[in-house]
This record gives sequence, C-alpha cells and structure tokens, in this order.
Amino acid sequence: MKPSSPRRAGPKQPLEIGRSVPRIDGLAKAVGAERYAVDEHPENLLWAGVKRAGAAHARILAVDTARAEALPGVFKILTRKDVPGTNRQGIVHKDQPVLAGSVVRYPGDPLALVLAETKDALARALDLIETRLEPLPAVFDPDQALKPGAPLVHEGRPKGNLLLGSTITTGQGRAALKDCPARIRAEFSVPAQRHGFLETENGVARQDESGLIHLTVSTQAPFRDRFEIGHALGLDPMRIRVVAPFLGGGFGGKDGSTVQCLLALAALHADGQPVKMVWGREESFQAGYTRHAARMRYELGAGLDGTLMALSCRLTLDTGAYAHLGGEVLALAVEHAAGPYRIPNVHIEGRAVYTNNPVAGAMRGFGVAQVAYAMERMMDLLAARLEIDPLELRRNNALHRGDRNACGVTLTGSTGMVDCLTAVADHPLWLSRKQWTAQTPRFKRRGVGLAAVHNAMGYGRGLADSAIARVELTERGTIRVFSGVTDMGQGNATAYAQIAGQILGQDDSMIDVVQPDTFQSLPSGSSAAGRTTYTFGKALITACETLRAKLFARAALMLMLEGPDDLAMVSGAVRHLPTARDLPLPVLARMFTEADRTAIAEAFMPVAKDNLTSGKEFRIGFPHLLFAHAAHAAFVEVDELTGQVEVEHYLAATEAGRVINPQSFDQQVQGAVAQGLGYALSEDMKFQEGRVRADSLATYVMPTSLDVPDIVSLPCQVEEPSGPFGLKGVGEVGMNGPLPAVANALASCGIDVRHAPLTPERVLEALAGKKPRRKQ
Amino acid sequence: MILRFTVNRKSVELETEPDCRVVDILREDLGLFGTKEGCGSGECGACTVLVDGEPRLSCLMLAAQLQGREVTTIEGLGTADSPHPIQSAMALHGGVQCGFCTPGMALTAAEFLTRQPAPDRLAIREALAGNFCRCTGYQKIVDAVQEASLVMAGNDRKKKP
Repeated sequence: MKPSSPRRAGPKQPLEIGRSVPRIDGLAKAVGAERYAVDEHPENLLWAGVKRAGAAHARILAVDTARAEALPGVFKILTRKDVPGTNRQGIVHKDQPVLAGSVVRYPGDPLALVLAETKDALARALDLIETRLEPLPAVFDPDQALKPGAPLVHEGRPKGNLLLGSTITTGQGRAALKDCPARIRAEFSVPAQRHGFLETENGVARQDESGLIHLTVSTQAPFRDRFEIGHALGLDPMRIRVVAPFLGGGFGGKDGSTVQCLLALAALHADGQPVKMVWGREESFQAGYTRHAARMRYELGAGLDGTLMALSCRLTLDTGAYAHLGGEVLALAVEHAAGPYRIPNVHIEGRAVYTNNPVAGAMRGFGVAQVAYAMERMMDLLAARLEIDPLELRRNNALHRGDRNACGVTLTGSTGMVDCLTAVADHPLWLSRKQWTAQTPRFKRRGVGLAAVHNAMGYGRGLADSAIARVELTERGTIRVFSGVTDMGQGNATAYAQIAGQILGQDDSMIDVVQPDTFQSLPSGSSAAGRTTYTFGKALITACETLRAKLFARAALMLMLEGPDDLAMVSGAVRHLPTARDLPLPVLARMFTEADRTAIAEAFMPVAKDNLTSGKEFRIGFPHLLFAHAAHAAFVEVDELTGQVEVEHYLAATEAGRVINPQSFDQQVQGAVAQGLGYALSEDMKFQEGRVRADSLATYVMPTSLDVPDIVSLPCQVEEPSGPFGLKGVGEVGMNGPLPAVANALASCGIDVRHAPLTPERVLEALAGKKPRRKQ
Repeated sequence: MILRFTVNRKSVELETEPDCRVVDILREDLGLFGTKEGCGSGECGACTVLVDGEPRLSCLMLAAQLQGREVTTIEGLGTADSPHPIQSAMALHGGVQCGFCTPGMALTAAEFLTRQPAPDRLAIREALAGNFCRCTGYQKIVDAVQEASLVMAGNDRKKKP
C-alpha cells in the first residue's frame, strides 16, 4: 500500500469545500511518477494479444494456430475451446463472447488469444494464425437492419435486430401536433465518436499460487469487472482481485470489459507468470467501444408566441454487434430527446439496433449528446420561423424546479436551466455579438449560436446507485480514504480529499486517497453517469463524520474528559478548546485497534418516484431525478472559400449544484467543450463494412491546442439539497452543448448542416445550396 | 548492438537490437515509465522526450539513433521534491487531469520556453499543437505555460545580478 502521490510544496491549510485546490495527483503526474496500469511491468512477463476476425459477419470454420504455436517465443495460444464458463460478457445483456467460436459479428471479434515471451513473437504469431471464415450476409445500417429479411446479427431473438425499443407518450402525444399553429420538421444524423483517451485499453494479470487472480487494469468499474470475469469464465468472483490505478482517460470507453476477461483467461493458462495486454491505437479504434451513431427525425409544434406544445420524434441508434450498454444509452437519449423544456405533449420513439458495426456504448453525454443536437437545432429553426430571439425562446420554455419534464418526472432537485441562460444573456461577449458579426472580414461569415442542454445524473431507476466509503486513521496518524470509484482524470480523488479535509480539518499532507482495489476498498459502482463524486461523496461524508466521532470519543478518554464535547479537529490533532490541549493524531492512533480506526458508510442516490405510464421497456436507467444544466454560446467564423470553421469564442454556463472545487469544475467544463467541439467539427470514425476507416489519430481528427479557443466557464451555483455539500455531477453536461451551439452558429449565418460532423466539405455543400447528403 | 547514451545526466550502456524503439528502451529497459505511449505512430506527442535538448517522439526513434546522445525524460526534467517550473505550474494551475499527456506536454513546453521565454497564448498554442490532450481542453495547460514563463523569468532575474 502506497500513498497515492507526493505532495506539492507550500503553506499548508486544511482542505476545504468550495476552494480551488490543485489536484492531489497533479504533481506526481507532472513529474512522471504516477503509475498507471500500463506502467505495470513485472519481471518475466508474457505479452498477450488477440487475433481479430477482420470480417464483419461470418461462420467460423476453423482457427488454425499450429504454425503460430511452432514459433519460438510463443508460450500458448487459446481459442474458444479453452474458455471455461459461459464465455459471455456484457454489462446488462451478456451477448459478447470472450473468444468467438462459431460466429463472427463484427471485424473486431477476437478469435484467438496469444501469449508470447516478447512483443515481436506476439506480433508474428498473430500474423501466422490462419482462420477460415464463411462469409454471411451482413448489415451495417440500422434502418436496413430492421427491415424484414435483413441478416440477423444474433439468431433466435424474438425482435430480430432490435436490441431495445420504447416509446414515451405524455399528454396527447403526437396527436397534439395538429393543433399547433407553428410546426417544424427536420432530420439529423451524428456519426460514431471515439473517446480518444491517450492510455489505450490495457492491464496486467497473474494467478498466484493459491489460485487467486490479480488484475491491474485501466478500468472505470473494478468491482463490476470482478463479476464480469467471474461470470464469463466461471470463476468465483471473490477469487479475483482488481486494482484500478489512475486512468489515462476513460470518458465511458473503459466502462465495460475490454481486456479484463481476456487477461484473466490468459492468467489461467500462464503457469503463474504475469501477463500483460496493451491494445494498440488501431485495435482500440476497432475493438473498443464507440459513441452510438444516430439518426433522428423530429417534429416540433408551438404556439405563435413560441410556447412549446408538442414534440414527436424518432431516434435510431446503431448499437453495433453487441448490446453492451445500448439499451441504457437509448434510455437516456429518449429521456433527453425533448431537451430541458416544458412540453406537455410528447411522443418519443427510440430504437437501438444491432448491426455488424463496432460495438457502441457509454461515452460522456451517454445518448444525450446525440439528441441535444437535434432538439437544439429544432429550437433555432422554430425561433427563426417565429422570429423570436433564440435565447428568449429557450428561457421562456425552460424547465423550472417543480415542473414535470417531458417524460413526466417532477423535478424536485435543483434545476438551474434559466440561471445558465441568464448568465449567458448577461455576459459581455453575448451582449456584443451583433458588433462582432458586423465586423466580419471578406470571404468569411460570422455566426453566433446557442444551445441549452441538460444531463441526467446517476444510474436512474432500476438498479441501486450506491457507494460505500471507507476512511481510516492510519497507524501513523494520517487519514486514508479508500476510494471505490476510479479517477479517470475527472478529479474525484481530489474531491474526496477535500471532503475528508473539510470534515476532519486536515491539509493535503495528512490525507491520501487510495485508488480502487477490490480487496481494500468497498463496492461503489462505476466511474460513470455523473454519479461518482455525488454518490461516493455522500457515503464519505458519513464515514468521515463517524471517524471524527470516534476520534473525539477516544480523545475524551485520553484527555480525561467527561465526554467528547468541546473537542475540535485541528491540523494534525484533536484539540480540547477550553484548555487548548492538543492530542496529536499519531498519539491518538495508538489508542485504536485496526478495526476501530476505520469507518465505513454507504449512500444511495435518490430516484424518481413518479408513476410513469410509458417507458416500461427501460428496466434499467430510466427515468432520472437529478440533472445538471448548461447553456453554451459558440462564436464561429467560417471561411467561404475553404469551408473551414473556426470557433473564436465560447461561453459555457453550467449548473451542477454547488461547486466543490472551482478548478476541477472549470477543467471538466473546458475539457467537455473541447471534446464536444471535436464531435461538432471533425470527429467521425467512418465505418465501411464494419471496419473503422479512421482508425488512427492521423485520420480520426481530434482537436489540438489550435482548434479550441479559450472557453469562458460561468458557474451557476444552485444548491442541490440531496447532494454532498450541495453538489451534482458536472462531468458530462458540457459535452452536449458544442455540436448544437456550433451548428446553430453556422445556421445563423446561412449554413444549415443537418449531419455531423460539420466538416468543411459539408459546409461548402451547404454554401453551394446543395441538399445536405445524408451520411454517417 | 551496444548502445551508449546519457539519460537524465547518467551514462547508460545496454545491449539491444538497433531497431528497438526508444520508447520501449526507456520504459522497459530503464524503467522510466514517465514516458507514455499514446499512439505509437508519432501523432499524439505523449512519448516526447528531449534528445540533445530537442523534443523528439520516442515512438518513432530507434535505438541506433540514440548512440552517443543525451536524453532527458520527464523524470530528468524535475522531481516531486524539486520540480521544474513547468511541472509545478501544470500541477498548480490545472494543466493536469488524467495526466497521461502531461510528461510529453511538459517536455515540449519546457524546451519551448527556453527558446521563447515570454510567449503569448497563440505562440504557446502553436508550440503545443503536436501534443494531444483529451481532458483539459488545453486552456489550463496554456495558463500553466504562461505561469511557468513568468516564474522562469523571475528566476532568471534572481540569478543574473
């Protein structure tokens, strides 16, 4: 057990909620001392790698490993027959094989697992494995996949290629549209997006002499991994230990089994040697998870004064070859399809469809980034039709606390949508937007666009969203927090230190946060869904308060007091205020047995209680009770000759309850906006027959430092009464604004593009007055 | 081949294949895990090290190219007890999130600041354009480089009189 990081120099003051604190892991990372999973490099290790199918849909006739096995340096090659257990992985629907044995469903399917002594031998062995595949008809388009007679990605399902479908109807539903004086119809599409974390999927595993399997993995869900591996390989989950150091990025792409089951399988066959697997960038693109590509057909109805009256829409998500989190992403897409607005009549139809494309799953803005684009474009189309200011249209229809949202959930939590819109409306950049566009240079166009977005927090109804915090006074008299939820870069570990520091009155040199280890920390769910700091933080507050009560009780004994009153936590000690006597924590620590030095507490996220009549198909993750909100404004300049879009200024007002750490808050907002600008302008995985065509960082174009402007982050703090110190999750909502804000900015200067990303090619087509091509 | 070079001011001699990648030598032979690999094809900048003082992508360099040269990795730029100003600034001003791009980013920035001690934000952005960061949106990294330039200018003033 090691403290998680060295400390920065400087004056010490107790960590506190609400103050900007540099992250506790910052310096260790900046000096290259922090160890990620990929830096685990035990001696005598074996390298593991996977032979992937390459074909989109095929029957597996043979996987011939003989030539590869004969290669010097090859330790072992495993195929389907070597997999014990069910061979099935998947978070909700277990439909994905660890190693495919009979059918290939997309080019990334793994057919053989090679263990070799060197990376060279591994690469050569993978080349020498021969596969005989009988091609089957494949389907790559979700609409085609739903037609009768379409090739079936999974045989024997009553609903064919439909993974999950549901329709939400409230009020008069679609029928209400005919009474609307203003009606707008449009169709939109978005492509698959890649998380683009810099540390690719990887891990190390070893089976020890007692049969226990140890894994160190770059994962967002170490506790779930244990059960995934146990289920897939028929192992006792408690005989599996998963350690999750700080991640080199995740964004949802490490939520679910990537290398985990393969590594555990390799470890079972490695005679006790450690096994390491690191996906290359190309493999990460082909076999990792993506954001769902989507097609969205919208019809919005309003009164002539702009009051929203009815919405009808149909959402089709391409979930790829395996379910993974497709149904749950769909649930959020449906739930957010109407935006953060009051609409009394809605009919929202959603479908997640199997194809032979790469597997789609969780990504920051989980189903919401897609629909926010469509809905926010609809709002601007409506504003233009009715000649109403787009900001006023949004402000007049925005949900308030106490309103029922489009799915019928009464918003009892903080609902700061109007606050965010007002923060943008009052900002000098927004107020001067007309002067800015009036100064457009020759051969350029300038536009300003707005988006109002929200994002649910937590797992939603259907499964307990809980976390268990463990905090300990160490023998040395320091405070140690055992985190159960990975820090993938969002800074939750620092927030935990702040919470402990606030309650226990200690500075950062006295507190360390141990990253998740299923043998030391306690089950706390995944690092996902904007629920990480909320849920674990709530549990941690109780645990720290329990520990503080214990410290006071023991201190009272040592100081010969009648009771624990009049004691306070001060830096490094418990102080008796009336006598100013200090009991140093190291001294106090010796009063405790190990079990007694520990406090454990659990917390649950509240769920919506409303009795909804539709959406029953969503058994997990629908609906939600709490939402974060944001209003974004993008100032763009378009080159009429090249179609290039530059984002010159960007405003992001965000309401996520109270802010625990302003620096972390801004980081989350700015980072999400940058990722969203990539989604808006350049990122497109481009599938062709299930293969990713843009499978390197050269062809898949992510924003560089020159593509992202300085982003003005405006915090709109509204206390969330249920949250730890009033906070909600801020990680995801910022992802949802950039695409619609930029698209609206383009539309405001006469460039109407309905299909993302908004590439120069599409911009030029729109400028030339051509009908936008539908393409994913 | 017998490869002799200097890494972080220490001489190193090791037996290796001439076509072994420098990133692998640093990480696997020398245990300098601060150097990160993000893409393996020279696009992300995470594996940047300084070779004879200049930023180079260690995933694109081979052992033979290191012969007799001087390498600085992130561990050689500074340590937790004695960090380089860019390392402190990255940590203090929020330039670090997941931190995987940070070593490459810090080395690129450190070398840039020796050439351009008082850069504006655009110059900083241009200098960092070869280093991807997926977490921060770059803004706080630019802040950190600016901050480091001020600290370094202050240090210079202290040294000169």
